[in-house]
Amino acid sequence: MARSSTTRRRIGRPVSSRAADGAVRKLITANGLVAILILAAIFLFLAFNSQRALQEVGILTMLTGREWYPTIGVPRFGFLPLMAGSMVVTLTALVMSVPVSIAAAVFVSEFATRRVKEISKSIIEFMAAVPSVVYGFVGLAVVVPWVKEVFQLSSGLSALSAAVVLAFMIAPTIVSIAEDALHAVPNELRQGSLALGNTRWQTTYKVVLPSASSGVLAGVMLGMGRAIGETMAVLMLTGNAAILPSSVFDSVRTITGTIAAEMGNVVQGGLHQSVLFNLGLVLFTITFIINLVADLVLEKQRKRWRR
Amino acid sequence: MALASEKKGAMVIGIHENSSNGGEFELRDVSVTYGSELAVAGVSMDIERCAVTALIGPSGCGKSTLLRCLNRMNDEVSNATVGGSIKLDGTDIYGKDMDPVELRTRVGQVFQKPNPFPMTIYDNVAYGPRTQGLRQRGALDDLVERSLKRAALWTEVKKDLKKHAFELSGGQQQRLCIARALATQPEVLLMDEPASSLDPISTQQIEDTIAELKSSVTIVIVTHNMQQAARISDWTAFMLRESMEEPAALVEVGETRSMFTNPGDKRTEAYITGRFG
Repeated sequence: MARSSTTRRRIGRPVSSRAADGAVRKLITANGLVAILILAAIFLFLAFNSQRALQEVGILTMLTGREWYPTIGVPRFGFLPLMAGSMVVTLTALVMSVPVSIAAAVFVSEFATRRVKEISKSIIEFMAAVPSVVYGFVGLAVVVPWVKEVFQLSSGLSALSAAVVLAFMIAPTIVSIAEDALHAVPNELRQGSLALGNTRWQTTYKVVLPSASSGVLAGVMLGMGRAIGETMAVLMLTGNAAILPSSVFDSVRTITGTIAAEMGNVVQGGLHQSVLFNLGLVLFTITFIINLVADLVLEKQRKRWRR
Repeated sequence: MALASEKKGAMVIGIHENSSNGGEFELRDVSVTYGSELAVAGVSMDIERCAVTALIGPSGCGKSTLLRCLNRMNDEVSNATVGGSIKLDGTDIYGKDMDPVELRTRVGQVFQKPNPFPMTIYDNVAYGPRTQGLRQRGALDDLVERSLKRAALWTEVKKDLKKHAFELSGGQQQRLCIARALATQPEVLLMDEPASSLDPISTQQIEDTIAELKSSVTIVIVTHNMQQAARISDWTAFMLRESMEEPAALVEVGETRSMFTNPGDKRTEAYITGRFG
């Protein structure tokens, strides 16, 4: 409001330009609002369809139930095995992917020559463009037999197999965001550190990485969001046993995999369907929180260098 | 464990205590090439121990390029090569046995724009010594205090050493960067237009600091400001690039007083009287 009054008082600008300025601003604002509205609509849609299960099963029973048998005579709708499945796969994938991805980002940003940098960046971008079903297929053909062989398992379809493939799938997200964050560190800081008698490597881990830490963290969070939300590859590789896993070698079933596998076979408006919408709501909440935190962290990073 | 680190700390201090009375440079026919372009050629001059030498000249005349040869920061520019010979206290700094990383602890640098690290004031100053292996708390505290005092910043920050360096003003940040460079106890301090982004009062403080420092450190300063060169330096070197086809060269070097009152070269006279540049 204060802004529009100062605009009106400003001298020397033609009225038409001012009007166009206002129109563009309104258009952009409308676009932003539409995005928020769509998000709200998705949430309301999920919440609305969740009503029946919330009344008949109850949120607490779902969130703390240890058994998932949705189609037996007296069905059990416990989310714990599914949430545990998602967590095991996601965290294992992060453990494998994060160190390598950060190292790759450091290499690309700090050590690679310009040509190597360009090539690696386009390969990393290409990795993000491969459809997830292709990753799943490669996982089935390569990773699953390998895991079975190496760890002497009766079946290679396990949390570990899915995590290995997911580690590759989330790497582009982590690498590109971490690389952006490292790249944004002002060159004067590197020069300052080198001039104090530090090696390139010391400069990287003592000044550049800490300066970019919040951006790197945001990359990890977004990678995590991607891992939790990934459906096709995990559906193909986890074996889909809805039991609480005791190790990464167990077959697990994830939240996304459950929704994708069961949504097609449920009675419209039935209890099972409503429970699946609740599951969707849980997933929505988790990814929303992760993305929100990542965004806040990135915003903090941007402010730091705006001086 | 404690004993070992104490010993190491004492050793580091010891080495520097002996050598902290300045260094002298001897440049002979120094040239710098970027890729295939000869940027600076044929510079021969001596830089006196514990004195202030100012490099002056118009923009693009190779002052900063020459300065960066003295601590081998040109090594970080991938296609730069340095020719000729540069000796620090008689040792060729481009010789086989010279480690550029170690050289930079002996030849510190302060940059045009203050560039404190995103950490506390204390950690900024302790950064260099810690890299050299000084971990002992007491010795570090002493060194930080001494460095901040030498950079004339101690009285302003002694109560909040744990404050983030970005909270300081521009002039304070630049003095922090001077303190940071002094903490590795260098023999030489290179300054690349250290006051050009600062207000007059901060500039005055930096100049006072330089005057204090020159009793213990050799200072080489690049400046655009001829009054500044006249005020603070003992020696002045005038550099010029006469055309884009030719490399930059040293026109003359001499005692500042005689350079500014009675320059030997017509081009120097033209520059310092403001006829170009």
